[in-house]
Amino acid sequence: MNALRILVADDEAGMRHGVMRALRGLSVRLPDVDATVGVEVEEVASGEEALARVDVQPPDILLLDQKMTGMSGLDVLHALQQRGSEFLTIMITAFATIESAVQATKCGAFDFIAKPFTPDELRGVIRKAAEHLTAQRRARELAEENRRVRFDFIRVLGHELKTPLAAIENYLYLLRDRTAGEYVEAYERPIQRCLCRAQGMRKLIADLLDLTRIESGQRQRTFEAVDVAEIAREALELVAPVAEARGIALALAADGPVVLRCDRAELEIVLNNLVSNAVKYNRDGGRVDVAVQRDDPYVRIVVRDTGIGMSAEESARLFQDFVRIRNEKTREITGSGLGLAIVKKIAGLYGGDVAVASTPDAGTTFTVTLKPAGEAQADDAFARDDQSLAV
Amino acid sequence: MHATDRSAQGHATAAELRLNILLVDDDPDFLESLRIPLEAAGHTVTTADGVKAARAAFDQQVPDIALIDLMMEDADGGFTLCHAFKAKAPQLPVIIISAVTSETGLDFDAATPEERAWIKADAFLAKPIRFEQLEREILRHVQNVRS
Repeated sequence: MNALRILVADDEAGMRHGVMRALRGLSVRLPDVDATVGVEVEEVASGEEALARVDVQPPDILLLDQKMTGMSGLDVLHALQQRGSEFLTIMITAFATIESAVQATKCGAFDFIAKPFTPDELRGVIRKAAEHLTAQRRARELAEENRRVRFDFIRVLGHELKTPLAAIENYLYLLRDRTAGEYVEAYERPIQRCLCRAQGMRKLIADLLDLTRIESGQRQRTFEAVDVAEIAREALELVAPVAEARGIALALAADGPVVLRCDRAELEIVLNNLVSNAVKYNRDGGRVDVAVQRDDPYVRIVVRDTGIGMSAEESARLFQDFVRIRNEKTREITGSGLGLAIVKKIAGLYGGDVAVASTPDAGTTFTVTLKPAGEAQADDAFARDDQSLAV
Repeated sequence: MHATDRSAQGHATAAELRLNILLVDDDPDFLESLRIPLEAAGHTVTTADGVKAARAAFDQQVPDIALIDLMMEDADGGFTLCHAFKAKAPQLPVIIISAVTSETGLDFDAATPEERAWIKADAFLAKPIRFEQLEREILRHVQNVRS
């Protein structure tokens, strides 16, 4: 908004002049957008003219006299209601009667001001309307932004689901048409790949559900004292077969139990994601070192790998939804691209964060800090940012 | 190259042409699921899983036809590759394969000479593609070049 456009509709010339004088040079502070705007005031002498004018150039605020010859202020309001106008109307009433005010508000007026009024009273009413207007516009912009983010998310999700589906379909056509001959052995790799891609889709859907539950705050969270070292051990056990096959050593460093009051499932998601990444993005014969440390009031989880690492630019994008670092080194590695976004969101729920330090071809270290969940935190932790998605 | 005497037999099938085909896509399963039927049809298939590998394969041997996925690591990797191939081998038929139409609503085509000049490709196929459809396109473009 460069200037607040005000249209004054009153059939008394003296009234219009008084209003023009009161508003001349007015500047309105808009705290919501941290800006100050001036006003541009136009005048018309009847309801009919007011309607014609708003059709051509809608104002931000219409100052509308209730009692006019010809169309009355209320008639104009009715007509405006039919058109679904977006500006605010302030009714100028002859007498401060409750009925007339109520009637005007019912017909869509934002506010009213009773004659006679002082210039200050008029400016006050205008300021209030302007603030309301900016708040309304900001809310609309935010809603639009949320819709866009949501649309982008669904579009990328669609791609991430369609790609493996296409791979599976193509392999199935080969099988159906016996393209590689009659012997089932010839189809071993296609069948393996179908299973692998189907598992990838399953993982994506599971991650998506985790993410949605965390973001929507719908998930029932149960807080209890959990030994983080124990959960880390379980996460390492889960990846042990894959790690062993690739000669990757796994180690856990924890000085006995490190107890954190938290939701066990959320802690498992954090550790499983970090540990499985550390194996996936490692080199054959590498190592994964997990450390669980107390640093009151935080618990710190450090997961260090000796893998392919990444550049500073890649690290910077890492925690966004669906970001998977795509390069020649990661081409054969599958993932949903949601894991680290989920880890970051969970860390946020526990008043903590995730940090990443990485050197290409040397390895990556993820450090997660978590504070114990308090009784009160269960609710206010869900004060989410405006960008959150409910898919 | 095994040129077939089409005038005697009517139209050759793609199989009879026994082509050297360069297949470029960053999805290993897409490569594999096209390589198998193309080889079964008698062609020699070279697969490349990215722009770099594709350039290397091209420099080793210019294929009879190239099938390129539009979006690889960099969003327009396919276009860049197309330009590079056409610059070195203007007669090489290039078919671009992509999911871009169904996902972005962007509508590409290579139906008119202007579009082909802009895209630098001879045809544009939208994923998902069926093998029969691909085989038909390969045949059409290789024969266009040879006739």
